[in-house]
Amino acid sequence: MLESGLIIRALMRNKIGALLIALQIALTMTIMVNAIFMIQDRQQQMARESGINEEDTFYLTNTIFAQDYNIQVGLQTDLNAIRKTPGVVDAIQINAIPLSGGGWSSGLQTEPGEDKDGIGTAIYMVDDHAINALDLELIAGTNFSPSDIGWRLPAQSAWPAKVIITQALANSLFPDNGQSALGKTVYISNNQPMQVIGIIKNLQAPWNGWSGVERSALVPFQMESRSGRYFIRTEPGRRDELMPVIESMLANSDKGRIIRRLSTMEETREQSYRQHNATNKILMTVVSTLTLITAFGIVGLAIFSINRRTKQIGTRRALGATRWQVMRYFMVENFFISAVGITIGIIGTVSLNYWLVNKFNMTPLGFELIALGVVTLVIVGQLAVLYPARKAALISPATATRTV
Amino acid sequence: MFNYYLRLAAISIRRHWGLSLIMITAIGLGIGTAMTTVTVNYMMSANPIPQKSEQLFYVQLDSWDVNDPFDEGQNPPDQMTYTDATNLFKADKAFRHSISAQAFAVIEPQDPDLLPITVNARANSADFFAMFNVPFLYGGAWSAQADTNKELVAVINRETNDSLFAGKNSVGELIRIDGNLFKIVGVIDNWQPTPKYYDVTSGAFNDTEELFVPFSLIAEEKITRAGNTSCWKPSGDGMAAFLRSECIWIQFWVELRDEQEQQDYLTFLDAYVEQQKQLGRFERPLDNRLSNVMQWLENQEVVADDAKMMMAMSFMFLVVCLLNTVGLLLAKFLGKAPEIGLRQALGASKATLFYQYLVESACIGLGGGLLGLVLAWLGLQSVAAMYGDYMKDLTSLDTTMVLLAMLLALGSTVIAGLYPTWRACNVQPSQQLKSQ
Repeated sequence: MLESGLIIRALMRNKIGALLIALQIALTMTIMVNAIFMIQDRQQQMARESGINEEDTFYLTNTIFAQDYNIQVGLQTDLNAIRKTPGVVDAIQINAIPLSGGGWSSGLQTEPGEDKDGIGTAIYMVDDHAINALDLELIAGTNFSPSDIGWRLPAQSAWPAKVIITQALANSLFPDNGQSALGKTVYISNNQPMQVIGIIKNLQAPWNGWSGVERSALVPFQMESRSGRYFIRTEPGRRDELMPVIESMLANSDKGRIIRRLSTMEETREQSYRQHNATNKILMTVVSTLTLITAFGIVGLAIFSINRRTKQIGTRRALGATRWQVMRYFMVENFFISAVGITIGIIGTVSLNYWLVNKFNMTPLGFELIALGVVTLVIVGQLAVLYPARKAALISPATATRTV
Repeated sequence: MFNYYLRLAAISIRRHWGLSLIMITAIGLGIGTAMTTVTVNYMMSANPIPQKSEQLFYVQLDSWDVNDPFDEGQNPPDQMTYTDATNLFKADKAFRHSISAQAFAVIEPQDPDLLPITVNARANSADFFAMFNVPFLYGGAWSAQADTNKELVAVINRETNDSLFAGKNSVGELIRIDGNLFKIVGVIDNWQPTPKYYDVTSGAFNDTEELFVPFSLIAEEKITRAGNTSCWKPSGDGMAAFLRSECIWIQFWVELRDEQEQQDYLTFLDAYVEQQKQLGRFERPLDNRLSNVMQWLENQEVVADDAKMMMAMSFMFLVVCLLNTVGLLLAKFLGKAPEIGLRQALGASKATLFYQYLVESACIGLGGGLLGLVLAWLGLQSVAAMYGDYMKDLTSLDTTMVLLAMLLALGSTVIAGLYPTWRACNVQPSQQLKSQ
């Protein structure tokens, strides 16, 4: 463009103001791109599916305090009563809830022996109703049969002979061919064999921040425990209506225990990702106020420089410059300042990301986000300078002569 | 003179109210955001027991698997086995020592119409209360004999006392826990160390327990154990086998009054581990550690990564706000070049001009700081609302933080104002007067 040289020369006469804006743009870009990256990262984590039906399910804790309580009979009575309640699809006893943050993990290995490496796996102790109650998708093999289910006594070390695992776990255990896992024997507690009888598509571990969150196994156990969890799936849309019904039915049927901590899976998801959600909201607020402040800074300084140059603008207009030419001058000037700022900003963005990657184990940033940041800031800059530039364009040629 | 400058500043701020408003808002937002994140970080990294934090030590022994070291060999296990904890306890080599673990209990009220309540409990030895300065409302700790004799005694907290005994002095009363009658010996007053340093294994900002009973009752199965448990070897069946196992689930603290006692205790630990090595345990290299309260909190990374990251971001945000202020102050002061020229021609020295414009920057800083405090308060409220229980003890502004906010606002604005002020003082009077 013809005026470029002129604009740059004029800019060099007021370096500091332009540099301040450029620095502001650079820092804004650094924070904006990294914050958006962090937001995206969290959103991706939150979007992962737990693998279970979360809409129509809830769970509760059953705590037995009475002495001489027959736990095994009590459990069967409770489960039968819940399963028979109209509107209930199925119910199970389970040791841990996906997304809840508390559960069991154990190492599974393909060869026995204390010196062999195990693969960390979330263990869900359930009976043969689990696939129906959790609404899991069995993609290969079979479900447990009622005769597979054993009793697990407190602090017992023996494990049952069968196991159902997730596809992700199958792929980790048998990296060459996950499909081949079916029918194979895996070892728990270093040397206790379990045969893989089924593979389910997807079931998350209870810990959403764990890198192995997709690796879970169903183990056919009913637990003889004084504090247990029941997981219940209802027909679509009937969860809220059935929660109090089942709570009072259980509480009234047996006074030797307490029913507490009723919670829906939706609440559990909300709780589980509450920090993620909160952090995202805060980052979003920071990014938008920051962009706003930078825009205001651009407006303020542009108005200042236009006020200082009222006379020159009037002179240019008197010498035949059109309004559009005057406007274009300020917009091109802003573009140059933005370009400097964005160049520094790209360096800043990459450095901050590098620091975050090293310090907080984050993943490196993609190129698209940087490009997005560049485009956004150019547009913000041009929009911010629009109002002052229009004001400049409206300066009448007469003002050039009037104040001399 | 100062008052006169204040008046001038007021006039100038009012005349350029739009520009001043942008500056005050920008500084306010910057300070508000920075203070919100600083407060959360400050509370997370607070010293929960400043009087004694240098004398309380968390004990770690490396009893873990030689083939698969704990934390990839960087740190010894974060809890202790029953075998080691009880051996150290019996050896009795520290000034005070506390063996403790989380537990869980159901309290059945005497009144059959009332529903039983479930409580989070702690099984600990008698010294626990004295070591961690636990305040008592009624009664006090149980005796060391109660630990050894496995007496059924209990200490409850104020809330439990309110709900079970309507807040009356309940010392000497009996409560039924899991079928056994426990005698209450003490009621704890409000007590919530933040972070909850004596046990960070299941959340460093959790509530303190509602019920405390002697640790020796765990082995008797008079109280149900809870909390994080990690094992690297199968533990075997039944309670006795579990207690003999290599599972870790106990927190062991000692109180050592000076350097000499620390040295002696470390020597004792090393000797103990050497002796255990002879018995075929502790196959890993010797790695015994004593960490005082602040070292332990640092080691356990109690300050969340998110909080640190946000603090870094919000300081960058503050810098942007200040750059903005520098730019706008520059615009404002240079816009007044004719006025400055006139004043200089009438005999004002550079120093007086400098002083005057500094007062004006400080006024803007003060406004920004006040706005920032309001925003920080709002910010903390929304942090508390969004994060829920996890943040509830971390979001209050104390006097230190309010002072820091004002200082930060004033200091940074004055610094931001230095360059524009300096430029303003160096206006050439002759040139300005010419163009009038």
